[in-house]
Amino acid sequence: MKSVEARFHLDRKDFTLQVDLSLPGRGITALFGPSGSGKTTLLRCMAGLEHAPDGYLSVAGEIWQDGDYFLPTHKRRLGYVFQEASLFPHLDIRRNLEYGMRRTGIRRIELDGAIELLGIAHLLERRSENLSGGERQRVAIARALLVNPGILLMDEPLAALDLARKQEILPYLEKLHEDLKIPILYVSHSPDEVARLADHIVVLDKGRAVAQGSLPETLARLDLPIRLGEDAGVVIEAVIGARDEDWHLIRADFAGGELWVRDNGMPVGRRVRVRILARDVSLSLAHQEHTSILNLLQGTVIEIADDAHPAQSLVRVDVGGTPIVSRLTKRSAASLGLAPGLPVRVQIKTVALIG
Amino acid sequence: MNDADFSALRLTLELAGLTTVLLLLIGTPIAWWLARTRSWLKSPVGAVVTLPLVLPPTVLGFYMLIAMGPGGFLGHLTQSLGLGLLPFTFPGLVLASVIYSMPFMVQPLQNAFEAIGDRPLEVAATLRASPLNAFFSVAIPLAKPGFVTASILSFAHTVGEFGVVLMIGGNIPDKTRVLSVQIYNHVEALEYTQAHWLAGGMLAFSFLVLVAVNAFKPGSKGKEP
Repeated sequence: MKSVEARFHLDRKDFTLQVDLSLPGRGITALFGPSGSGKTTLLRCMAGLEHAPDGYLSVAGEIWQDGDYFLPTHKRRLGYVFQEASLFPHLDIRRNLEYGMRRTGIRRIELDGAIELLGIAHLLERRSENLSGGERQRVAIARALLVNPGILLMDEPLAALDLARKQEILPYLEKLHEDLKIPILYVSHSPDEVARLADHIVVLDKGRAVAQGSLPETLARLDLPIRLGEDAGVVIEAVIGARDEDWHLIRADFAGGELWVRDNGMPVGRRVRVRILARDVSLSLAHQEHTSILNLLQGTVIEIADDAHPAQSLVRVDVGGTPIVSRLTKRSAASLGLAPGLPVRVQIKTVALIG
Repeated sequence: MNDADFSALRLTLELAGLTTVLLLLIGTPIAWWLARTRSWLKSPVGAVVTLPLVLPPTVLGFYMLIAMGPGGFLGHLTQSLGLGLLPFTFPGLVLASVIYSMPFMVQPLQNAFEAIGDRPLEVAATLRASPLNAFFSVAIPLAKPGFVTASILSFAHTVGEFGVVLMIGGNIPDKTRVLSVQIYNHVEALEYTQAHWLAGGMLAFSFLVLVAVNAFKPGSKGKEP
């Protein structure tokens, strides 16, 4: 699979970007980090909007930057979605969509496809000032797709929107994820978006990539528990396997077992993501007959590490190939005699279905 | 109004029209460069372009007269090209007006280009538009109100010029005698009625120009939904 190789070194007055990344050629890669960590700068370097004098960039086998060679932005086969939709105010929606098409010779049928994918058919004759923020961003995404890009770069496309508008766009982003065969780089500081959308994650801090890898594996790393929201936790890919009408529950099946979750109306067979926070996972040695905990799994301890607070440990447990992280007090870990290789029962108090 | 008045009116409109068209061609790239450059030359070039705004027209006219004269560098150039000398000719008047009215073209355009910002041009680049293509398809349409304002101001300012015209063009009927000079002639000859007609016309014209400029200012139409 063709992929993205990016090495940049950029010195700014108050900040240095220094990254060396190798990203997969499909799926969504989140560039995640606090504001000021260099996410947007990195994305702009990849688009050629920012010139890092010392850099190398190749996308799907094409070299875009290498030493003195610097392909200007308008010759790079990319789509870019800015944080604010940035539609051209002097053009109506249809002509905004056609702006890039006319410069790349895209066929009409692809216009229809993009219009349908983002649900914007009813907006075509309007002007951008009459659209809501969410509608504008959907048009901007469609416009970026209509230049037949080899990679889609998205700079916090939801950050400028309120919660309701975000909820409106997220399903379209999930559709993009399923339909597009090109890699998507998605800048975000929102743990929810990352947990819901990303396959791959690059964690940036002060201009450096402190971690990169697949989302489930990177989230389960104990040496740098990445807090998605207020707590460390993992994200698991699952499929809705059954529905229990009597108890209003649905069953999410994953590689390591089954999880029962409150029924939120999702159809059986749908692919979902499940988020489990470390604080909601407890461990025990014996099978517990009498417990209110619904989700009990069998696992093996892989690794134990110190947590931020000296009283606590983070424990990574392998559950049928899926890593789950649990937070315990050190005293509990000692009294259970936890050690790598020990079989344990994993009790999960709360499971969140996302996307 | 007599024939001399109509001739002066026609000459004035020709001068102002030609000056405005030339300024659109010359001023647009200058304004674009001033709006986008980060070079240290920005401030000296900006100052030179703005100079006619603060300089007494007679000073400007004096130096231009010397430059265009037989001993000046422009005079040498025009003579070696077989064009003769520019002072006291209509082309000389046009050249002087272009320089004199330059700030009225460049400054509104520069403001309009600066107001666009980098973002629309970056968007255009990510949609495969070359810088030149983006200039014509994005920057110029977005700066349209600036173009209208700049053209109206340049035209009006050229119509109203007097000092530079007198220095460079003199007072030659049908060749360099424009309205402002004609008014002066009437007053000198104590022909107040005719002076009233022309002066009143200029007053009405200037008022309409300012109304038009205000109408084209962005945001004055209450575009917000």
